[in-house]
Amino acid sequence: MTAPRPFPLNAWYAATWDSELRHELLARTITGVKMVLYRTENGDAVALQDACWHRLVPLSMGKLIGDDVQCAYHGIRYNSQGRCAFMPSQETINPSAAVRSFPVVERHRFVWVWPGDPALADPALVPDLHWNKDPAWAGDGKTIHAACDYRLIVDNLMDLTHETFIHSSSIGNDAVAEAPFDVTHGDRTTTVTRWMVDIEPPPFWRKQLGKPGNVDRWQIIQFQAPCTVAIDVGVAPTGTGAPEGDRSQGVSMVVINTITPATEKTCHYFWANVRDYRIDEQRMTTEIRDAITKVFGEDERIVEAQQRAIDENPDHVFYNLNIDAGAMWARRQIDSMLEAEAQTKRGVRLAG
Amino acid sequence: MRSDRNWTNATVAHIRDAADGVREILLKPEGGASPFPSGAHLAVRVIIDGKTDLRYYSLIGETLVDACWRIAVKREEPGRGGSRYMWSLPVGARLEVAEPDTHFELTRQAPEYLLIAGGIGVTPLVGMAGRLVRSGRKVRMLYAGRSRLSMPYLDDLSAVLGDRLEIFAGDEGQRMDLAAEIAKLDPAGEAYVCGPIALLEGARSLWQSSGRRPEHFVYETFGSSGRFASERFTVHAPRLGVSVEVEAGQSMLDALEGAGVGVVADCRRGECGLCVVDIVSFSGTIDHRDIFFSKAQHAENKKLCVCVSRVSGGEITIDASYRGDEPLLSGPEIKRAVSA
Repeated sequence: MTAPRPFPLNAWYAATWDSELRHELLARTITGVKMVLYRTENGDAVALQDACWHRLVPLSMGKLIGDDVQCAYHGIRYNSQGRCAFMPSQETINPSAAVRSFPVVERHRFVWVWPGDPALADPALVPDLHWNKDPAWAGDGKTIHAACDYRLIVDNLMDLTHETFIHSSSIGNDAVAEAPFDVTHGDRTTTVTRWMVDIEPPPFWRKQLGKPGNVDRWQIIQFQAPCTVAIDVGVAPTGTGAPEGDRSQGVSMVVINTITPATEKTCHYFWANVRDYRIDEQRMTTEIRDAITKVFGEDERIVEAQQRAIDENPDHVFYNLNIDAGAMWARRQIDSMLEAEAQTKRGVRLAG
Repeated sequence: MRSDRNWTNATVAHIRDAADGVREILLKPEGGASPFPSGAHLAVRVIIDGKTDLRYYSLIGETLVDACWRIAVKREEPGRGGSRYMWSLPVGARLEVAEPDTHFELTRQAPEYLLIAGGIGVTPLVGMAGRLVRSGRKVRMLYAGRSRLSMPYLDDLSAVLGDRLEIFAGDEGQRMDLAAEIAKLDPAGEAYVCGPIALLEGARSLWQSSGRRPEHFVYETFGSSGRFASERFTVHAPRLGVSVEVEAGQSMLDALEGAGVGVVADCRRGECGLCVVDIVSFSGTIDHRDIFFSKAQHAENKKLCVCVSRVSGGEITIDASYRGDEPLLSGPEIKRAVSA
């Protein structure tokens, strides 16, 4: 028996960083769909099915002729809407010849694609990650192509207890694992809030704050189904009112994460770390990005090993702990999107 | 992308007359009807003289009606028998249908859309008109037919499109001026066309001579309409010593295959160009019903697609591709063989 696919298709998924997409062909698998992406000469982002209508050869092996993609095999050309624009050795073009074109929007420094029903692709549904392109914030990020189910990374982000153990040299300390947390949720969002009041900051945060003494530290993890996690983190000197809402004496970061399923066991993990202090210091941006790259490398090692272990134990059922509540709600929300899609497919969506 | 179809059993849930000679049928498949993009069609297994055959019907509208797929079938007399079968089905009858499929899809971003419908060819365009209006796209529709009474969905389209719909009723002497309509369209605009072969070919040829990009002219054909009524004729293939009658309800391809003439074919609706044979001679008129050849190629009458094209008022002599087996030869050897 094959398990049902673990990701909804009716959702926006980050496909590339905006800077990664040029006037050249980029192959990328998203939710099990092989896509070829490129920019037109005007700079518009395009995503087409990466398989020639005629013989299924990946179009990404071909080349761009102006804004058309030419298949490497027989030279059949498709325009940026996926419609055949040239067919060899005949005076006409076969009217059936077309490849799927996927809705695309560019927002918050990412190019997003919608693999499901194009009629439902409302750009307003793109997760609001505005900090990534907001002049009041500075930062940068990278992509990790991870060999694991995207949900293992969602799980990882929904509970930061692991910082104490995986990231003990940088952002983790005992306070993270000891402090209590609250889990709240809506229909498509889950929030895990953890305040560590009057603690000694770990080395990374001591440096960011640049002030002596104990701090109040916060981690507010915000999940939006199916795969986006924005984490509001920071520290402020104890006694300056951060838990009550005054963060003016502290420093804030948003850790932006959106984890696009490639296949059932691989994903494209786009992350960025943006801050609201010393925003004109590029050196700091680069240093933080490199430090986080190292931190996330530690996570990647763990979740990929976890995926291998899951594969070796296909019948294993996880026993969940109290710390897993955030991840459990996130997974329930993913499942509810999957169920809604299955209902639509069964024709429950009626006319009107 | 083409895929093997998922077949399912469906029940005729409702029947009504959509126009003179056009019947609307609601089909309720087992396990629920899946949604579909406008322009999609259903494949239906029809039974003609005890034999199963395939017919394609465009889905009407954008959404399910009472959890059913909606199609419209024009009674074709004489036809190949598909419409007769569909018309014979009472409410409650069961038949086999495949999940909706499409190769007539709307793009999303054209600056302007021109929908051109001829007769029953309006069916896939009904959903497209609704979709374009709802998404706020600039759209116009030209809809031609024999008479208003014979044209289905006039009221529905009027309600959706208002004065963006123009109706051309033949019996009222109204004709489309396609050249002028194409000239008016935005340079990056797209045309979506469905109707009889003469309309398709005429519009395509005007589109081509206007210098517009060919992929902005989007159309669909099921290869069923000709300029002349289907009638019985004889096809001769002298190289193979074959002469065979093509019945009015039969394709030339089926007749040739039945007589043991090898022909390769794929689409069987005049698109792919695989079943092309050489025309040696003919009398009467060749009724080219394919859209594989250009209008100019049709006028030359050198080749035809045997899956859909026919002869009216005469007969035809063709040459299929069989030449017997030859030894493997190099170029110079072939020359010697020819001169010998």
